[in-house]
Amino acid sequence: MNTPSVHLGVVDYSILALYVVFVIGIGFALKRQMKTSADFFLSGRNIPAWVTGLAFLSANLGALELVGMAASGAKYGIATCHFYWVGAIPAMIFLAVFMMPFYYGSKARSVPEYLKLRFDERARAFNSVSFAVMTIFASGISLNALAKLLHNLLGWEYNISLWVCSFIVLLYVLKGGLTSAIYTEVLQFFMIVLGFAPVVWLGLRDAGGWSAIKQKLAGVAVNPSAFNLADSASTTFHSDAWTSAWKPLLGGPSANPMGIDLFAMVFGLGFVLSFGYWCTNFLVVQRAMAAKDMKAARNTPLIAAVPKMLFPLLVILPGMIALALSATEGKGYQFPKAVIAEAKMPAAISAVRQSTAAGVDVAATSKALSSAAGTSFNAAKVEELLKSAPGTSDAQLAIRIQDAVVNDYDGVILSLVKRYCPSGLLGLALTALLASFMSGMAGNVTAFNTVWTYDLYQAYIAPDKSDEHYSWMGRVVTVAGILLSIGAAYFASMWTNAMDIIQLVFAFVNAPLFATFLLGMFWSRTTGTGAFIGLLCGTAASALFHACTISVGNLPGVKGGYIHIFWTLPSDMAQNFWLASFAFTVCFLVTVGISLATRRTKSDEELKGLVYSLTPKQTVDQFWYARPGTIGIVLLIVCVILNYIFW
Amino acid sequence: MGLDIRFPIGMMFTLIGLLLAATGILSPEKVSLGININMIWGAALLLFGILMWGSALRASRKK
Repeated sequence: MNTPSVHLGVVDYSILALYVVFVIGIGFALKRQMKTSADFFLSGRNIPAWVTGLAFLSANLGALELVGMAASGAKYGIATCHFYWVGAIPAMIFLAVFMMPFYYGSKARSVPEYLKLRFDERARAFNSVSFAVMTIFASGISLNALAKLLHNLLGWEYNISLWVCSFIVLLYVLKGGLTSAIYTEVLQFFMIVLGFAPVVWLGLRDAGGWSAIKQKLAGVAVNPSAFNLADSASTTFHSDAWTSAWKPLLGGPSANPMGIDLFAMVFGLGFVLSFGYWCTNFLVVQRAMAAKDMKAARNTPLIAAVPKMLFPLLVILPGMIALALSATEGKGYQFPKAVIAEAKMPAAISAVRQSTAAGVDVAATSKALSSAAGTSFNAAKVEELLKSAPGTSDAQLAIRIQDAVVNDYDGVILSLVKRYCPSGLLGLALTALLASFMSGMAGNVTAFNTVWTYDLYQAYIAPDKSDEHYSWMGRVVTVAGILLSIGAAYFASMWTNAMDIIQLVFAFVNAPLFATFLLGMFWSRTTGTGAFIGLLCGTAASALFHACTISVGNLPGVKGGYIHIFWTLPSDMAQNFWLASFAFTVCFLVTVGISLATRRTKSDEELKGLVYSLTPKQTVDQFWYARPGTIGIVLLIVCVILNYIFW
Repeated sequence: MGLDIRFPIGMMFTLIGLLLAATGILSPEKVSLGININMIWGAALLLFGILMWGSALRASRKK
């Protein structure tokens, strides 16, 4: 029933095919080098820094990043860059300068294994189980999103897309292990950048350049409800709300479309969430741990930081371009939204007429409209509909009802691809999308098979087996991991709510994690019991915080507030950032408290190479300007300049 | 490591660049904003591919 909106030509298929041949070819070319389990799981620690650096970046790019960041660019404007400039960059620099020496130097093969060396089996078990399950669901969610997208856009069968894409990833990971995942990630990095760059360039040209975009978005900001960006017609922002990164934030939650305050942004996102992700998530850290020596390992996140800093140009700007175009008359660009089928329109019209006659409120009308039309509606527009319905003809009303449908932000990037890409460039852009998905999936799978084999299978199920046995296990679990991801994808497509809950649980587990690592690495007094109980309390604290808070416009339930609402936050994002800050603080305090009350079980000698103060300073043979600290400071300065330019 | 990733990257973008540029030349009616983007971007990719390839070749000769 879904008619594809785009048709691919021979050139497009040829580009796709070329890409597939090359990624699989890399897997087969590396097959010869996979001799021991260390080759398969750790790449034999033999890869140059620029390669691990770019892989570090693309492993983190799921299919959802390109789609999701463009969506946020339209929804929130340039403030979305905080995920990069406040979030990722400082955390990546911290990882390189302070944390990498312990990950790489400790000879741990994974992040959970570091926890075992530093603390004990409890922290490792907790971290490895939650991480393993999380990677499976993460790749499942992204797989489901991709297959749906290919179905809607190209009319490809959902099941076929799902299985074929997974099979390609399986093939090259199975053949070449982590090495081939990392090498293909580099190829995918260039594919993503070079595939989307022309779309952004054409969009920028079409919209009339940055200054024209700024001008149009100023018009949007003062009247956001006209573009279905606000739920109330009275909402209005300062004219630079979409185009300046900090000024709207300083005005408090009501002055910016994210509905967020400065503390939640800087501490919640910038410190707790970002450091928690970039510094402790094995998916990315694994790339740096595969580098050929300590210098290369520490340079990995630094090299990744350079393109990461510029990524907003590629992923966030398109969303802003789309919004600016939709605000420009005569461009013929319609912001993507669900189209109400003609057959359903009469029911929708009568729903509005009945509501007007009965005099019911906006919420009830929205509900009636949604069930009649099969899509959601913007509250501010529904309010207008109710007011204007009596004097409007059916034909006019139909147009206004269609206009009231909520924006489909996730459709932004594809709407631009469709607008600008003739056959040829279209194939390239689609290949870039596939590449970003595959790099994310391969990242998840390689992290999963390592954690499963080393931290769960070897640690608790079958210790003391031969190296061949673990190599074999690695391959078996790669297949199993892909099959589980496919299972998770089907699960996600059937039970969206269950999926939301699962993601929520992982947010609870992740929120306090950075406190444990921070104390573990920089305070030798931290004990295993303190770390474990701290983690449990932090996780419980985030669940409790969620159960006791809610954000404006949500009903108690999956969105929180189901025990009692003590605090109503201005937006989902604010709730999320405050939750992380709270969980971090609880984990930090409890870990410190319990550590002081319990005895250390590891001697100073055992903690050498694992804790900052007990590790002898490395003798650095590099010139001062080539040291990670120096490069880190330079990168931070550049990052500050970027923030200043878009202040 | 046995494989210099610049070889496959260079090769792939050279081929894709040629393909795109050829499309741009053979069907110049496929334009975007009045620009023959296939030809321009194809040439850019071709250049990128050759540069990658070239740098890999130089590195392998040095060894």
